[in-house]
Amino acid sequence: MSYGLENAEHPETLRRVAIDPVSRVEGHGKVTILLDEDDKVRQVRLHVVEFRGFERFIQGRPYWEVPVMVQRLCGICPVSHHLAASKAMDAIVGTRRLTPTAEKVRRLMHYGQMLQSHALHFFHLCSPDLLFGFSSDVARRNIVGVAAAHPETARRGVLLRRFGQEVIRVTAGKRIHGTGSIPGGVNKSVTREERDVLLADIYDILAWSRDAVALVKQLHGQDPALYNSFGVFRSSMLSLVSPGGDMDFYDGRLRARDEAGAILFDQVDYRDYHAHIREEVKPWSYMKFPFLAALGTDKGWYKVGPLARVQNCDQIPTPLADAERREFVDYSGGAPIHAPLAYHWARMIEMLHAAETIKDLLHDDDILGDDLVSTGERAREGIGVIEAPRGTLIHHYRVDDNDLVTMCNLIVSTTHNNQAMNEAIRHVAKRYLSGHKLTEGLLNHIEVAIRAFDPCLSCATHALGQMALEVTLVGADGGELDRLARHGDGTTSRPAP
Amino acid sequence: MSAPATFTLDGRAIAFAEGQTILQAAVAAGAYIPHLCFHPDFKPHGSCKVCTVTVGGRHAASCTTRATAGAVVESDTPAINAERRALVQMLFVEGNHFCPSCEKSGDCKLQATAYDLGMVSPHFDHFYPDRPVDASHPELLLDFNRCILCSLCVRASRDVDGKNAFALAWRGIRTRLIVNSRTGKLADTNVTAADKAAHVCPVGVILPKRRGFATPLGRRVFDLKPISAMADASAAVALAEAGEPRRDRQSDGRLP
Repeated sequence: MSYGLENAEHPETLRRVAIDPVSRVEGHGKVTILLDEDDKVRQVRLHVVEFRGFERFIQGRPYWEVPVMVQRLCGICPVSHHLAASKAMDAIVGTRRLTPTAEKVRRLMHYGQMLQSHALHFFHLCSPDLLFGFSSDVARRNIVGVAAAHPETARRGVLLRRFGQEVIRVTAGKRIHGTGSIPGGVNKSVTREERDVLLADIYDILAWSRDAVALVKQLHGQDPALYNSFGVFRSSMLSLVSPGGDMDFYDGRLRARDEAGAILFDQVDYRDYHAHIREEVKPWSYMKFPFLAALGTDKGWYKVGPLARVQNCDQIPTPLADAERREFVDYSGGAPIHAPLAYHWARMIEMLHAAETIKDLLHDDDILGDDLVSTGERAREGIGVIEAPRGTLIHHYRVDDNDLVTMCNLIVSTTHNNQAMNEAIRHVAKRYLSGHKLTEGLLNHIEVAIRAFDPCLSCATHALGQMALEVTLVGADGGELDRLARHGDGTTSRPAP
Repeated sequence: MSAPATFTLDGRAIAFAEGQTILQAAVAAGAYIPHLCFHPDFKPHGSCKVCTVTVGGRHAASCTTRATAGAVVESDTPAINAERRALVQMLFVEGNHFCPSCEKSGDCKLQATAYDLGMVSPHFDHFYPDRPVDASHPELLLDFNRCILCSLCVRASRDVDGKNAFALAWRGIRTRLIVNSRTGKLADTNVTAADKAAHVCPVGVILPKRRGFATPLGRRVFDLKPISAMADASAAVALAEAGEPRRDRQSDGRLP
């Protein structure tokens, strides 16, 4: 389904409003809205305005440098790129099967990242909207405001993230941008001392993760009409699942469901991703628009990430999270849930699953082992796919006989969600903005919809809370009609045009 | 038998043998003077000037200046370190030094020296030179982006390996490292990974292939102590290059 607000017929006659940059997301993007004379919304687009160039400048570099270099795409979930690239390089160095220590240390690293990234997103970036309201006082709609009004919630958010970062540190060597995963395995395992330190905290982390799921359910329960309808649209869903159909963030095979929940394809070897996923380029965005080849550009777009994963799998292989998954599925009587705000609920179920998995891995002595690397016959092409916090992440490389990269293709999670986010904000614009005089609170509704997807627009901008924002109304004749500025301290003003 | 002749380095008496330079005597005595193009196994080259000190108040490259009895040498002073920092900053901007994704990070004398001198930014405009890597050799990678023209590989290949495989070509700002083969490619030389030249690079130009990032963070040479705490960091770096296991490396960066 589509709200049809992608292309207005006569944009030159419309007023343009821009949200630039979108705040409390990872990276740099903007939203443009075109309004007619009656303030009716005619066109809405989410643009990603940054250009990174990683696919180009990794060419000509030695393959063993790739997992360390490409993770610099992002500071919030670098482990995803580190591991997806490592999986691709495993294929290059001919690793058919990682050693048990390598596989489990990588998994521990990845689930630690899931925990920290989901905690960061929910508590630091989104809880201000959900706890205070989308149009609440902008001065306190940030993590500092949450800390003042709900100190225990904010404290747990910070400590959950910290624990995930510590798991990453002992497996990757650093909290951010470590080097632990290398082609064919890992360069370190976990020491007993490191494990014992993590074990001392894991049961608190588990309890707080359960409470976080309860908090999201409570929010849904308080205003089901809002949570079930805000920005809603229907689409297919894509994720990895294990060979048995379980949720698996580190490895698996591709499964897609249509908007009614029926399986479109299942157990597809991700090395064949290009046979099932194509990308469309549109003139107004640097971000491509992927679609399922079998359904075509108009109907083939889909969503990825927690909402897709929790509904795509048959079960979650840890008991507490699976019980929460069943409750989530039952909430809609078994029909797929497409509401963007349900992403938060699914995300907290995943955080609980990550905490349970970390607990299990910490009790597994394989993570202490010394057998770190396995290699085999060299190959010239490698594809690594992983479920990053924000969704399915595809890394694809070709390496020449001199060990240098000749081709790199990255399809990152947020790219998969490109059309989905555009549809969500079109719905919100139509429902809440159309025909109204713009205010900061109304514009924040657009951002709330974008934030639900936890997009990683991936650049060096890691602003917390309110970023400076200026919205300009331009009339059909090109003249400036109105201007609204939001300042770094959260206050707004209306400077003279 | 008379006591050995000495000079003072920042007030500390350093004994020296006839013919030794100030830096050679300092390294032998375990005293640190920052340096990049000097290596105890080779004849001094005097090109990087990072080892500059004052001898009796006059500037001199300590690697090429003979030690003399009673000389008053000053090295660790704010003024001299500021000059060294500027030299190191210029080395950073003349090449392409991307420490975050460099496999030599943590084992690199340029990086360690920059940290030790308190360099917090490159300060100067980057040159961003275009220097393609030479990956033609089956065992070794040449990444010219990081070359600081120390000539240690030139000296090692000529004086130890007897192969004369490397040279510094051109002059002045155009000076660059070249490979002495008909094609200019390393694959067309008789260099092997066992050569001395393959293990003297203080930065990340000459690297063993398929080994990058095998050492975890926290166990790299300069993770253990700053370079100024190692009078002869070359030995520790060479051991790292040679692929010695470093799990049990001692606190001075040497293997037991």
